[in-house]
Amino acid sequence: MLRDDIIEYSLDAHHSEEAGKGLRKKIWKITLYLTLITAFEVIVGMSIKQSSSSWWIVKWLFIGLTILKAAMIVLSFMHLGDERKTMRYVILIPYFIFICYLIFIALYEGTAAGQAMPGYIS
Amino acid sequence: MAGHASKQIDSKTLWGGKISPFSTSYGKLMMWFFLVSDALTFGGLLIAYGFTRHAFQDAWPIGEETFNSLPFLGHGFPLIYVALMTFILIVSSVTMVLAVEAGHRMDKKGVIKWMIATIIGGFFFVGSQAWEWAHFIHGSEFGKVELADGSQAIVKGHFGEISSFTVITAGDHHKVGEKITEDLLHEYQHAASEGHILNNIITLHDGSTAQINKEANEHMELIIKVAGAEHKLNEHIEEKDGASKMYEEVINSGVSNRVVYGANLEQNEYGPQQYGQFFFFITGFHGFHVFSGVIINIIILMGVIGGVYHKRGHYEMVEKTGLYWHFVDLVWVFVFTFFYLV
Repeated sequence: MLRDDIIEYSLDAHHSEEAGKGLRKKIWKITLYLTLITAFEVIVGMSIKQSSSSWWIVKWLFIGLTILKAAMIVLSFMHLGDERKTMRYVILIPYFIFICYLIFIALYEGTAAGQAMPGYIS
Repeated sequence: MAGHASKQIDSKTLWGGKISPFSTSYGKLMMWFFLVSDALTFGGLLIAYGFTRHAFQDAWPIGEETFNSLPFLGHGFPLIYVALMTFILIVSSVTMVLAVEAGHRMDKKGVIKWMIATIIGGFFFVGSQAWEWAHFIHGSEFGKVELADGSQAIVKGHFGEISSFTVITAGDHHKVGEKITEDLLHEYQHAASEGHILNNIITLHDGSTAQINKEANEHMELIIKVAGAEHKLNEHIEEKDGASKMYEEVINSGVSNRVVYGANLEQNEYGPQQYGQFFFFITGFHGFHVFSGVIINIIILMGVIGGVYHKRGHYEMVEKTGLYWHFVDLVWVFVFTFFYLV
């Protein structure tokens, strides 16, 4: 059944063989990045102990690399980078505001709870 | 891919109700909204984990100490197995994006090929997680021990093999002098946690007692996870400090509940009770997502093979399941970092 009141946006997503070649190249490049980052994380995690004094650098490095990996997956594999700007921000901004708030409050509260209730941890 | 999303729309058309301001179809937008809500669920779980971890501080188990085994190869490979699982999931995410790309070229054969690869990758991941769970539940050969001063320690080292039990006094089942050679480790661990081993003599299920013929444990190391009267948190007791002797004392004490093997929802050998609960819930919830993703992929694959989407003129359904599948990969990236790495 053909309906002229529905616009098929997905038809605009078609691309040529030529364009496909470039896209596939980009996909494999990002695969390589994701794999290298994961391998790097494991090697660093194995060689630097959590008790070492430079652990806090490693921890922030891991968090940074995780966000980098997540960005590559969301923007490239999930094509959010190719969507309209308005849609991109409708998805990302509310989530980030809420999650940052939650991380802040929960981690501070967690430390406080551990200090206030030593019984909780035994 | 750029397509409609990069076209200019004049405001009259845009707000006339005939066009989506996002230039996306209803289905795809709703998939995104669902993923945002699901991401909040996982975010909530990981933040609850962070809360508990911060409350416990240094008493929390360390990923590379807990997860250091490989199938068939044993111990001493910190995080390698999880890294392998991560790699499998990343690769299956790549094959999915290639299926979507093939769909944009109306290449039905390509879509089928890459979707099958994705499904295989998904099954591999679910299988790996099953092994991981089995390993976590069964635990190590050593378990976690409560030392004489009340401190608790996890144990690393090489477990000396048990060759047999020689029956000393008869029970309902076994006769004197009989050599038992089956199910030794299981019997040994059960007896140790029940306090049925005293001075290298084990009391078996049927009431008989037997001499344990076991090689000595080697390269032992105890890591204190709960401080006691004498030992501090995260203190390492090496072989030269008498680690073997302290461990043997616990096993041979004849007192129950001084050693814990593996994990369940009430206790585990890795650390606090909550650690096991978070492991089961977070990886379980994620594994369930992977499993349902595989099922959805199979259903869509059947549609692709049947030519449903080809007839429709576009492969947007593949794109939508692709979004869900990438999301599962995305969540794992965070679980990998926060559960295993830091």
